[in-house]
Amino acid sequence: MYRYDTYDHQIVQERVAQFRDQVRRRLTDELSEDEFRPLRLQNGLYMQRHAYMLRVAIPYGLLSSKQLRMLAHIARKYDRDYGHFTTRQNIQYNWVSLEQTPDILADLASVEMHAIQTSGNCIRNITSDQFAGVAADELLDPRPYAEILRQWSTFHPEFAYLPRKFKIAINAAAEDRAVVKAHDIGLNLVQNAAGEIGFQVLVGGGLGRTPIIGSVIREFLPWPHLLTYIEAIMRVYNQYGRRDNKYKARIKILVKALGVEEFARQVEQEWQDLQDSPSTLTVEELSRVATYFEPPQYEQLPDADQLLAQQRHDHKAFSSWMSRNVRPHKKAGYAIVTLSLKKTGVPPGDATGAQMDVVADMADRFSFGELRVTHEQNLVLADVKQTDLLAVYSEAKEHGLATPNIGLLTDMICCPGGDFCSLANAKSIPIAGAIAERFDNLDFQHDIGEIELNISGCINACGHHHVGNIGILGVDKDGSEWYQVSIGGRQGNESAIGKIIGPSFAADQMPEVIARLLEVYVRDRHEDELFIDTVDRLGIEPFKAHVYATPIGGQSLEAGEGIYA
Amino acid sequence: MRKIIKDKVIVNDDWQVLKLADGEAAETITVPAGRTIVPLSVWLAQKSVLISRTDIGVWIASDERAEALKDDLSALPLIAIDFPTFADGRGYSIAYQVRTRFGYAGELRAIGDVLRDQLFYMARVGFNAFATREDRSIEDALKGLTDFSETYQTAWDQKTPLFRRAARPNAEEIA
Repeated sequence: MYRYDTYDHQIVQERVAQFRDQVRRRLTDELSEDEFRPLRLQNGLYMQRHAYMLRVAIPYGLLSSKQLRMLAHIARKYDRDYGHFTTRQNIQYNWVSLEQTPDILADLASVEMHAIQTSGNCIRNITSDQFAGVAADELLDPRPYAEILRQWSTFHPEFAYLPRKFKIAINAAAEDRAVVKAHDIGLNLVQNAAGEIGFQVLVGGGLGRTPIIGSVIREFLPWPHLLTYIEAIMRVYNQYGRRDNKYKARIKILVKALGVEEFARQVEQEWQDLQDSPSTLTVEELSRVATYFEPPQYEQLPDADQLLAQQRHDHKAFSSWMSRNVRPHKKAGYAIVTLSLKKTGVPPGDATGAQMDVVADMADRFSFGELRVTHEQNLVLADVKQTDLLAVYSEAKEHGLATPNIGLLTDMICCPGGDFCSLANAKSIPIAGAIAERFDNLDFQHDIGEIELNISGCINACGHHHVGNIGILGVDKDGSEWYQVSIGGRQGNESAIGKIIGPSFAADQMPEVIARLLEVYVRDRHEDELFIDTVDRLGIEPFKAHVYATPIGGQSLEAGEGIYA
Repeated sequence: MRKIIKDKVIVNDDWQVLKLADGEAAETITVPAGRTIVPLSVWLAQKSVLISRTDIGVWIASDERAEALKDDLSALPLIAIDFPTFADGRGYSIAYQVRTRFGYAGELRAIGDVLRDQLFYMARVGFNAFATREDRSIEDALKGLTDFSETYQTAWDQKTPLFRRAARPNAEEIA
């Protein structure tokens, strides 16, 4: 993985010193809260309901065991002994104090980490495929490009006070696992007919209040032009993006207003004299950065099919874990393991300090000392020998990390919601908890099969509810919490925005609502048809009819009464 | 006399900024004698007269574009860009246009809500003068110019990106 050289160290340490001084000036009132807010946000520090929340960057989701141990240490020393992994492959601490934040940043810097630009109206953490480098369906490893973009965007002087936050994702695989179509800029690494490497460039995707799937503005951008072309996009956006209304300030609104062709024309025009400028990438630089992402020293191993078959025969639980949580690796004899952070009874994406230490140890012993964070809020050991899988399973299970539910109903994406976040209209974690309890039966979950259930506590959509096969959105109605349900959303190559089924529900109705949606699926599905495909085939009507057919116990709403109906 | 930061030192400054009050029109407002920074609209309306003066600068609002001044730049000793609030980042891209695209070499001054914690970025995109907010210590603000000693990407102050000017290690060379 990437390692800091003296330049990276210096820049990050200077940032710690700068922020330490900014905090000092805030505490002595030399800085007003209004002046301090954007400064702390660009260091990932939010004021939440009960305390400050610190979001730490995990560039493209890649961590070393040493870094994870530091994250565990920070959880213990400065927080309440846990952290929350996010849909941008980062980690958040919910209970930090302003005074201690500079020390946390110094601790992070000691292991080549930071909280730079994890919030604020700037270019955020660059995200990518959690299986980069090990996926069989990948054209090239996208991480060197992601790291180059991380450095370029770090403290970019012109783009630190954009109209709104700005998110970039890179995918290089046949299956898009980076949700590139829901990003301000989505990059697909592609090869053209001449065999050259470049990017398909999408802009204007995003979730939030106005969910929009990104549009292609360039089918093929040769890779050396990556930085200059993005600079052109950023400059058009910085000048012309709306600043009068924060809900209309994302680049997607500008792209819609101008039209994709006109936006693309302006970018191309802006790019004319940037093209071939010194920011143009060189083969030397790409090759240099790529050396940090070369494959580890794999052993030459045969696939352990026979052994695994025997082990699966002997251990039913291991077998279902293998089916859900283990993926094929591009290298024979190895496998990719997802450690589930979605155990029923635990908020989705949360890990304790002790669990982080355990995962760090497992990474050292079984996966070359590295691991990844997924945007579905799980952890991945990417390079596990097949002969070690049973041992990995046993250890993971002992520490509550082996729930065999990856891709299933209880592998929910969920934001922190109203328990923590001051933006939220409604709680999300208790909803996730109630649903997980109702459908805890794994045989039932396996029968339902792959399904994405995503929960956001407000329209900012941190829980990606729009692209969930089932999406749940917390809404506020006269001061009480309600939940709006949509179905038919998808992430990946066929990304789609879900459709709202009707009036909102009270919290205690939600498990039954999900049950009714699943009943329609079980009733009407074709053989081997996923929930999402049944929704696509039938539309929302039969689901809607069944969910609203009879009142659901609790505070049921009259049809049409829901505020977002 | 008010003080500003110019070329990294604190200096006295006698430029006055002309603003159009309600009811005043760019065509008819009287531009006072002495060093005056006029709104872009006033410059465009009264250029035929103002161009003969050597003590006129022009300020650009954050919702205006530098293109309108493109052909006049060589005649102007000072261009200012207004930051209505420090969080309005359009001024950075206007500075890019003025400096990098149109090659303006005179004084480029940040006016408005100009504060210590944005000066480093402002200097990078080409501002060399800062009329910092007068309710804050200008000595303190000066420190904002030196927050960082190294940068990754190009800007007005650094035409070559780090990857082209430094011998950075690859994975085998890293300590």
